Amino acid sequence: MEQVKGTKRTFSLKAILWTVRMPALAMITALLVGALVMLSSGDNPLVAYGGLWKGAVGSFSALSQTIRKATPFILTGLSVAFAFKAGLFNIGASGQFLMGTIFSVAVGVNFHGLPAVIHLPLALLAGVVGGALWGGIAGWLKVWKGAHEVITTIMLNYIASLFAGWTVYAGGTAGQKPGPLSDPEAAARAISETRDVLESARIPLLFPQILDRVHWGIILALLMAVLVWWVLWKTTLGFEIRTVGQNAQAARYAGIRVGRTMALSMAIAGGLAGLAGAVETLGLNYKFAPEFTGSVGFEGITIALLGQTHPFGVVLSSFLMGGLYGGAAKMQFDSGVDKQIIQIVQALVLAFVAAPEIIRSLYRLRKSAPEETLQQTTAASSWSEE
Amino acid sequence: MNTANKKQNGRNLSALMRLTSRWSWIVVVVLFTLAVLVERTALGETWLRVFLGKSALNFALRAAVPLTLGALSGVICERSGIINIGIEGMMLAGAFGAFVVKVKTGALPLPISLFLATMTALLVGGVMAYLHALLSIRYKVNQIISGTVIITLATGLTTYFFNPDWISKGKFGDIAIPLLSKIPVLGEVLFSNGLITYMMLILVVALQVLLFHSQWGLRTRAIGEHPRAADTMGINVNRMRYYNTIIGGMLAGLGGAFLVLEAVGQFKEGMTAGRGFISLAAMIFGNWTPVGAFGAALLFGYSQALQNELLLAGVTSVPRHFISMLPYVVTIVAVTGFVGRTRPPAAEGQVYESE
Repeated sequence: MEQVKGTKRTFSLKAILWTVRMPALAMITALLVGALVMLSSGDNPLVAYGGLWKGAVGSFSALSQTIRKATPFILTGLSVAFAFKAGLFNIGASGQFLMGTIFSVAVGVNFHGLPAVIHLPLALLAGVVGGALWGGIAGWLKVWKGAHEVITTIMLNYIASLFAGWTVYAGGTAGQKPGPLSDPEAAARAISETRDVLESARIPLLFPQILDRVHWGIILALLMAVLVWWVLWKTTLGFEIRTVGQNAQAARYAGIRVGRTMALSMAIAGGLAGLAGAVETLGLNYKFAPEFTGSVGFEGITIALLGQTHPFGVVLSSFLMGGLYGGAAKMQFDSGVDKQIIQIVQALVLAFVAAPEIIRSLYRLRKSAPEETLQQTTAASSWSEE
Repeated sequence: MNTANKKQNGRNLSALMRLTSRWSWIVVVVLFTLAVLVERTALGETWLRVFLGKSALNFALRAAVPLTLGALSGVICERSGIINIGIEGMMLAGAFGAFVVKVKTGALPLPISLFLATMTALLVGGVMAYLHALLSIRYKVNQIISGTVIITLATGLTTYFFNPDWISKGKFGDIAIPLLSKIPVLGEVLFSNGLITYMMLILVVALQVLLFHSQWGLRTRAIGEHPRAADTMGINVNRMRYYNTIIGGMLAGLGGAFLVLEAVGQFKEGMTAGRGFISLAAMIFGNWTPVGAFGAALLFGYSQALQNELLLAGVTSVPRHFISMLPYVVTIVAVTGFVGRTRPPAAEGQVYESE
């Protein structure tokens, strides 16, 4: 498949506008269709979107909410985008996120008396390792046995979710043993959750005077976006990954160890999602309970595609999605519109960025070369390809 | 035509007998034999009762109904070359559609209301599938992304339009088939069920026969394996893919209808709870054949039943979480080929454009 000429991409304003055009139109169209859905059920979309706007950026607390939501989105979005670059489809971000959470929380609640300079990095690293392990399994199974990563990561998601559920399981009245990470006090009240993460392993807050519960995790996430960009476009490894993603056959002829690169990419992607779990736990929740999981995985896919699988695009779209999800509660409060409308909008955004032809025909746009190269993902499109 | 057809059938029969589907069937047969022994002999007084009591088998079959229907949905789509990871969404939307109509027609006699609700589930599942086909065929969207769209959309729409005040009354009751239901154990489990369960059993057999012994089946498999060749033979590849995907969506919708109209009686937000993905697993473990998928679904249903039975029997040393992992682990084992490798249709996921 013909592909991105990433190294030649310029950062002129015109090029950026050109690139941003399709995702922006996709977003707007999705919001418009969302408005139609609201009208169909007798809601007022203007009031709803007004509330959404206020809830997303209307105040410092709203802004904080948006930033808090965007933090894990950036990392899971990067995870999916990174795998895309290697021609892999990481639908397993939610499993890797969970493994990252469990690993980091295991470190975070233990090791009393460890100084924060050691404890926090260790807990973060544990999260990366947990996620990388989970992503790595899928990568390794693909390389070694040709098992398609979409199937294995879906299955690994459920295994991770059950595993995570078990580690914090409070035990049962019929004598079921509690999980290894469950908090005995909460378990006594039949609540399945971990103990609180120790102070020394918590991510410090960022501008606590102005922002509400925003922590340094957002800075870490932004740094990771830069790091991912640097790795992908400025290192040999990145070159190899992109080459494998564009044409594995050609990469093999060029002497790149395709299998190793794929497995490694999947592990790195997993590590990013794992870090998202660690950051969310150590910076915001300070503990893990099974209901915290959410569905980070599918958001990651939407964000990666909305961001045109570019690290900086991922950052932008994470703030957008963070705003949507962050403002949803306020919207529901102000207008009475169920906040699930956001999920519908998200599905539409995904459909529209993945099918730019719909947008093009709606707005009578001409097909343009740069956008064509960007919207395509080489991600494996068949179960059976190796 | 004759020899070619025979060859084709021969190859597919051997594909049918591949290790994976054989494995699940061997297990199922062994389980049933033991179940009869447990029911009829002194063996029943031992711990074997927990594993093979009638209640465990009944539970397994009921759990297997939506899984089988979902897996059949996957088989029909994927055999024709369209990857369907959106089964979960189609099932959920079908369940919701069935629920809404069931509630709105509550004043009508129960059979009519149930009939209309079931038809709606089929329709809604079909519409979701049409959307999937449209995105993946007309707009050439990566089919995994398109499936993700379906799941997200179904989750959003059903939760958005769901009203917790709606109450549905009445559901499909068990119908015992005369004579057959008197067969010890096997008959008692298989022939005393609700209507959708019977439909599922019939569909498994019918689709197995159709897929491997009818023109439609041959064409379906042809466009999934080698669309170019099929096109050369005059088959309209993409039109056929549309049809099959929609049929698949209807099957998934029926699975949703089962949940609302036969199992639970109500709709709950996100009530499919990952069944679509276990269906996907059953489809793969059953090696993309209807009968194989049914065997796998039974096995996965059984692993759910086991959790229940073990808990009832007071066995708590094995955490239920690990028993629940079984279907997923087994599927990974199947796709990695440690135990008889499965093989997906060759042209799956590829956009086809005629020249």
